[in-house]
Amino acid sequence: MKTLVLFAHPAHRHSRTNRAMLDAARRIGGVTIVDLYADYPRFEIDVEREQRRLQQHEAIVFQFPLYWYSTPSLLKEWQDLVLEHGFAYGEAGDALAGKPWLCAITTGAPEHAYGPDSRDYPPVRQLLLPLEATANLCRMSFLAPYILFGALEAEETRRREHVNGYIRLLEALRDDRLDLAASRASDYLAASRLDRMIG
Amino acid sequence: MDGLFFQSFVYLCAGVTAVPLAKRFGLGSVLGYLVAGVVIGPLIGIVGAETQKLQEFAEFGVVMMLFLVGLELEPRQLWAMRDRLLGLGGLQFVATALAVCGLAFAAGTGAPAALAIGLMAAGSCTAIVLQTLSEKGLLESDGGKASFAVLLLQDIAVIPTLALLPLLAGPGAHAASGETAEHVTSLVHGLPGWAAGAVTLAAIALVVIGGHFLTRPLFRFIASAQLREMFTATALLLVIGIALLMTLVGLSPALGAFLAGVVLADSEYRHELESDIEPFKSLLLGLFFITVGAGIDFSLLIEHAPLVLGLTAALIFVKAAVLYSIGGAFRLRGADRWLFTLGLAQASEFAFVLLAFAAQNAILPDAVAKLLLLVAALSMLATPLLFILFDRVILPRTTKEQARAADAIDARGVAIIAGIGRFGQIVNRMLRSNGYETVALDLGAATVDAAARFGVKAFFGDAARPDLLEAAGLMEARLLVVAIDDRERALTIVRYAKRVRPDIHIVARAYDRLHVYDLYSAGCDDIIRETFDGAVRAGRSALEALGVHPYEAEKIVKTFVKGDRRSLRKLAEAHDPNLAPQENAAYIALAKQAREEEEEMMSVSRQPGKGATDRAWRPYARGNAESAP
Repeated sequence: MKTLVLFAHPAHRHSRTNRAMLDAARRIGGVTIVDLYADYPRFEIDVEREQRRLQQHEAIVFQFPLYWYSTPSLLKEWQDLVLEHGFAYGEAGDALAGKPWLCAITTGAPEHAYGPDSRDYPPVRQLLLPLEATANLCRMSFLAPYILFGALEAEETRRREHVNGYIRLLEALRDDRLDLAASRASDYLAASRLDRMIG
Repeated sequence: MDGLFFQSFVYLCAGVTAVPLAKRFGLGSVLGYLVAGVVIGPLIGIVGAETQKLQEFAEFGVVMMLFLVGLELEPRQLWAMRDRLLGLGGLQFVATALAVCGLAFAAGTGAPAALAIGLMAAGSCTAIVLQTLSEKGLLESDGGKASFAVLLLQDIAVIPTLALLPLLAGPGAHAASGETAEHVTSLVHGLPGWAAGAVTLAAIALVVIGGHFLTRPLFRFIASAQLREMFTATALLLVIGIALLMTLVGLSPALGAFLAGVVLADSEYRHELESDIEPFKSLLLGLFFITVGAGIDFSLLIEHAPLVLGLTAALIFVKAAVLYSIGGAFRLRGADRWLFTLGLAQASEFAFVLLAFAAQNAILPDAVAKLLLLVAALSMLATPLLFILFDRVILPRTTKEQARAADAIDARGVAIIAGIGRFGQIVNRMLRSNGYETVALDLGAATVDAAARFGVKAFFGDAARPDLLEAAGLMEARLLVVAIDDRERALTIVRYAKRVRPDIHIVARAYDRLHVYDLYSAGCDDIIRETFDGAVRAGRSALEALGVHPYEAEKIVKTFVKGDRRSLRKLAEAHDPNLAPQENAAYIALAKQAREEEEEMMSVSRQPGKGATDRAWRPYARGNAESAP
């Protein structure tokens, strides 16, 4: 499956994990990388171009750091404008139907901050409900998110493991080797859990 | 003391002293050179006998100038001005020649001599006129273009004139003409008419075809040597070669150089050629003007003062009268017509050549030729004065005339746009395309006409005039946009508008920072520096080209603009209208401090998570300060 990675990071100059993930993804053949903040530094999204890109790919990946329990603002703007009625949903809006949608996320807080054990914060899957609902409306196949928790304090080995997992994940998606049903059912994807999902 | 060094020293010294002084007084370089010549020649007599020889050498400056003019022109442009070239130029030449000839004849000169004098008077001084027009930036004006067409035709007319003059020679002159012929090597001398014609045509063909096909590989070869001076030498060689070739076949070298320039106009080496030839041209032209000044025979002038001055005035007057009437017939209006009239009303540098030629051929007695030489030189000396007359008297009067003829304003709008040039027209377009009625005013008749051709309605008039502003609806409008080039006029408009309508919102375009301060104190609401936003965008493109991430570049721009605006406000307070910024110590100190703050702010914002916009992207970072998620 031709795979499209939409990368959104407003300060990726200062980022370690996301930048390493992006650099690695760039080296994979058959995967298109789009740096949204580079393409639209002034938030003037070219809707036709974005829709054309979506149509040209079979699998869509959103790579972003979680900010305030949500996507960076440009990615929200992208959703608001690009996923139009008549294109992504509604009557004759089936351009994206059946395509897998994967979120690749890093979070600042550690895993337990989001877990069911935490009183203050809902689990990450719940935070991503708006995205999942959007995917459902577009009749896309929302996969469990690929997450690196506590990215700010992650030590080198954990980050490297996460980046390598990202490569394996993208390659599996591209080559149709990812068990989509299992990915969907999972709570979230992590480097350590990928073996079970990749055929 | 007449060694080469001494002569060069005197000439250069005179030029270097006189020209900056003349410029300082707003008189143009030509007058400076002429006066320098008068001072070192007739006045203190350091130079003298060699001016004749030098003049021939200096005339080469004219050749180079026409080469440069040709380089600026393309054949298409030349073709487009053919009507003016032949019509305006031809008519001017014939009419002036006939008028002067008739007057000379009426004054009792013999017919051949009268005709010769008429032909000499018909030309104008290409060197003075083109140099002055380009210094004043008037070459592109309608009057400038018409002048150029006439000058070009006059250069062409030198050829038939030279052919005609020997026919006017009286009996007994042949010995003299035979004598001169020995000095001049000529390819056409002694050939039958058809052969001479063929050789001449071949020479022109050589210039055109050679210029088109041979120069490019030649320049490529020279350029590959990567020796700047070889390129200059080649450029000079080219021009000198063409001048030589043209002289050999009896054509005007200036015309040949002009032709070569036109042929090379679309060459990729055009700009290099221009910059190589330009300094030589300017110096040689300067030398030419000096020799004209130095060549004035003061003893003769004093002896026959009333006659010489009278003849000079008569020459200028007759030429001007012809130019003025022909200019009117060719639809030159207002200031353009006067520029054309006053600019070309002097004798040509070719008059020197023709007079010498006429004297040698005994068409004119020596004494008359000497007198006329003086008249020609004085008429050239008068030209800068006529240009001053044009600047100080004609221009202010014609603009006043134009103001009197301001359009009656019959439109109403919520916004008044003062100035609809490159800046105001954009504002006007944005407002009108969004359904706001505007009333646009502009002081440039050409701008208004051009706007009308594109379907944009604008009124011709000076927005600095209260009655016009009020006619445009100042008392009812909600907005006034001041987008004119003239800084003082812009201030006048803002001050007046704020006085009678304190509640009107004024958006003004500022030329620079100082203009911003003035506009602030005049009560302007929004001030936009005309080049600032464009420069900031160029800076952003530059950062992106250096590999800065586009979104980072965007953030840098925002930080920079915010800082600049803050420092602008601070500096506006420190600015003293009665003190130039470079003399205002407090202002300088603050400007330095602002510059330091700017660097500090930019370097802080480069650090991870420190810039105002970056802080938000890092909610917290325990331990590793270098990281964001």
